[in-house]
Formats: sequence, C-alpha cells, structure tokens
Amino acid sequence: MLFTASFAFANNAASTKESAEKGDLKSEIKAYIAHHLLDSYDFSLFSYTKDNGEHVYVGLPLPVILWDNGLKVFSSSQFHHGETLAEVDGNYYKLYHNKIYKTDAVGTIVYDDQHHATNEKPLDFSITKSVVSMLLVVLIMFFLFKGLAQSYGQNKGIATGPGRFFEPIVLYVRDDIARPNIGEKKYKQYMPFLLTVFFFIWFLNILGLTPLGVNVTGNIAVTFGLALLTFLITNLTGTKDYWLHIFDPLGDSMPWFAKIPLYIILIPIEVLGIFIKPFSLLIRLYANMQAGHIVLMSLIGLMFIFKSWIGSPLSFGLAFAISLIEILVALLQAYIFTMLSALYFGFAAEEHEHH
Amino acid sequence: MEKLIEEFSFGLFFWQTLLFVGLLLLLAKYAWRPILEAVEERENTIKDSLEAAEKAKADMEAVQADNKRILKEARAERDALLADAKKASTQMINDAKEAAQVEAEKIAAAAQEAIQQEKNAAINDLKNQVASLSIDIAQKVVQGELADAKKQEALVEKLIKEIEIK
Repeated sequence: MLFTASFAFANNAASTKESAEKGDLKSEIKAYIAHHLLDSYDFSLFSYTKDNGEHVYVGLPLPVILWDNGLKVFSSSQFHHGETLAEVDGNYYKLYHNKIYKTDAVGTIVYDDQHHATNEKPLDFSITKSVVSMLLVVLIMFFLFKGLAQSYGQNKGIATGPGRFFEPIVLYVRDDIARPNIGEKKYKQYMPFLLTVFFFIWFLNILGLTPLGVNVTGNIAVTFGLALLTFLITNLTGTKDYWLHIFDPLGDSMPWFAKIPLYIILIPIEVLGIFIKPFSLLIRLYANMQAGHIVLMSLIGLMFIFKSWIGSPLSFGLAFAISLIEILVALLQAYIFTMLSALYFGFAAEEHEHH
Repeated sequence: MEKLIEEFSFGLFFWQTLLFVGLLLLLAKYAWRPILEAVEERENTIKDSLEAAEKAKADMEAVQADNKRILKEARAERDALLADAKKASTQMINDAKEAAQVEAEKIAAAAQEAIQQEKNAAINDLKNQVASLSIDIAQKVVQGELADAKKQEALVEKLIKEIEIK
C-alpha cells in the first residue's frame, strides 16, 4: 500500500517534469518511425546523444555513387548524417530529407511555394542500406540453394544440410502454386522466377523483422521492380490466346458489327487490366510491409510514451503479438505475390482448343 | 500518390532489378534446375519403385497361385495313382487267388484220378490174386473131394461170378 502510494507520488512528480518533454518525445518517435521506413545512406545500428549534446552514431558508412557529369563515388560518412556537406571534385552535395541535392559551398537549399526543395538532384546509384540488405539476401539465397542443389548429387537424391528445410517449400511452390495455376505443360519455364521471387520477398520480409530493421520490401522502388518483372514475363510469354482474350474477348459468340459498340468499352478495360494486375501486386506488398512496420514501431514507441507499469508492459505485449503476426505476414505476402504472379502467368500461358 | 512518387528512388530500383535478375539467372542455373531435376528424378524413382513392388507382389501372388494349383494337381495325380495301384494290386491278388484255386483243384482232381487208378489197379490185382488164390484153394479143396476137373472148373466159374467186389 505504502509502496504503491509512494510509487504513484514519484510517478506524479516525474510526469510533471516530463509533460514539457512529452510533445517532444512524440514528435521524436514519429520522426524516428518515418526515418526508419525510408532507405538510408548508412547502415546505422543505433545512435545516442552525449551529455554535451553531440550525436553519436554507431554503424557502417556505405558508398554513395552519383552520376553528375561523371561518376562521383564517396563515403556516406562525409555527410555526418546530414550535418555536413560532402565535397567531391569541387561539387557540394547535401543530404536533405533523406535525398541528395547538389548545392553550393554553404549548403543553400532553394524552396518553391510548397516548400519543396528545387535544387538539382544528381542521378543516385548509391549502395544504400536496402541495397546492402538485398545483397545479403542474394548471397544467403545463392549459397543456401546452391548447397541444396549440390547435396542431391552427394547423397543419392536426398537433400542434406540447411537447404533441406526449404525443400518442402520449393515443392509447395511447384505443386500448389505453379502447377494448378499455370498448368502441367508450361509451369516449368516459370519456376525459376516464382521460386526466386518467393524466397527473395520472404527472406527480405524476415530480415525486416530483425533488429537490423531494414524495410526493403516496404519500399516502393523494390516492389515496383518485382512487379515490373512479373508484368514483363506475363506479356512477353503471352500466347496468341492471351492476346485474343484481351483484344477479342467475346470471340465468335456474336457477329462483328454487334461486337463494335461493346468493344469500345471492353477493350480499354482489358488493356487497363494488363497494367492494373501487376500494379496491385506492387501496392499490396508495399502497403502491407509498410503498415506492419508502422504498427510495430508505433507500439514500441508507445512503451516510451506510457512509461507506466501498466501501459508499457501492455504495449510491449501488443508489440510482441504484432511481431508474431508480422512473421506470418512476411510469409503470407511472399506467398500472395508468388501466387498472383503464377495466376497471371497462367493467363499468359493459356491455350484453348477453340476460342 | 505524390508521396509515393517522391519516395521512389531510381537508384534503389536499379540495384534491386540488377541484383534480382542476377540472382534469378544464377539460381536458375545453379540451384533451381538441379533441385527440380533431382526432386523429379527422386519422385520418378519412388514411383517406379512402387510400381515395381506392386508388380513383384502381383507376380508373387501369381506364382503362389500357380504353386497351389500345381500342388493340387500333384495331389490329385498321386491320389489317382494310389487308387490305380490299389485297384491293380487287388486285381492281381484276386487273379492269383483264382489261379491258385484252379491249380489246386486241378492238382486235387489229378490226385483223385491217380488214386482211383491205383485203387482200380490194386483192386484188379487183388481180384486176380484172390482169384488165383481161390483157385488154388479150391483146387486143393476140390482135388480132395472132386476128381472131375471139368465139373470143378464150372463150379469155380460159378463161384467167381457170384463174388462181387464192392
């Protein structure tokens, strides 16, 4: 009783002192989440502020590669997390709102009416945190599945090593995703893409849930790249029947003059469909992973806002539960992307006896 | 939407596509093709083995059925042979018995006849001896009583005729 009272008192005293900082903390958490969701020019593990107000970042600087009338390569440590300008060959670059702008020696940023920076942006091919994460996943996948492939030869067709845990999943992709959607005759030519995209998304999603906290699959450029490949493969492998289905959906069911008024509406819809299908893929993956990260980080942020014996454990429990769900979502989104890609490939590969 | 386009980083898109396509090509050559081939080969092996086992089972059953049939036939044959042999042996015994009977009867008949002949011979011999004896006796008797030989002989003749040997 006494303990609770004294604790409540202490809590009260602390909260009056903190109330001033609270608004600050909230915006700090918000900025932190926004920052986390974006790509980054360095692989920072954590940062803290020294007593004298100096920010200390612990992590790896990554190479910045710019094309600005010639290739400019320098280390991201030159930016000091946006605090200083980077100077290369007499050009000055400034990291502003996570983008690199060309600027002058004092770092002037010119704004337009909507407070958008109008400085010149050089073409940016930097090895960012997301690129490093992808490189990591590429290496893991290459050695994992190469190992699996080799283990068959060494052990009379039975998998050994860490790759064998993924053999059932490879078979699942083949038997439950590719075969039913694409068909027994043509599924083989799509298997490499489906398997690669499935494991690539899954591994990146899982990597995003680790404390390294890279949000690669929640980045629109990455999902765009993946969906673009699905789009290209679908349309480049499209059979005659696939195109007939788009430009002559009604077939021989009615005379040509009756089809004309319908086709004025139908064909644009079908053509739009070609683009909407992969677009839905890119938005779905992006939005799901982005949302997952926002919810998770917000719940973690809540722990610091509550700072009480009830609120913090509660939000910790919630964050923990959401993490478990996110592990499921990581697999689910990989599955959905692969499944729908296979479905679209199925449309592209379809062949009818008659149309 | 504007925010999405603002967020879009061409550099990241470039690296993503490069890395992904590179990974796709590498894995297709060094991982997916060998993995899928190995798995397919394994599946075919399993399927073939199961089929072979099924076939072996069917063969085995056929062989067993054959064996049963052969065994049954052999038993039937053996039984038939045994029955035949039994019949033959019974026949043989019966034949032998009959033959023996016949022979025995023949021998008995021959013996009977021999005995009859011996007996007849003996009787005739005896008759002759008795006759001569009787003649001798009668001669001696009648010599003393009768002088006339002719009368004596007629008497003897008459007497012999009266004697019937039974």
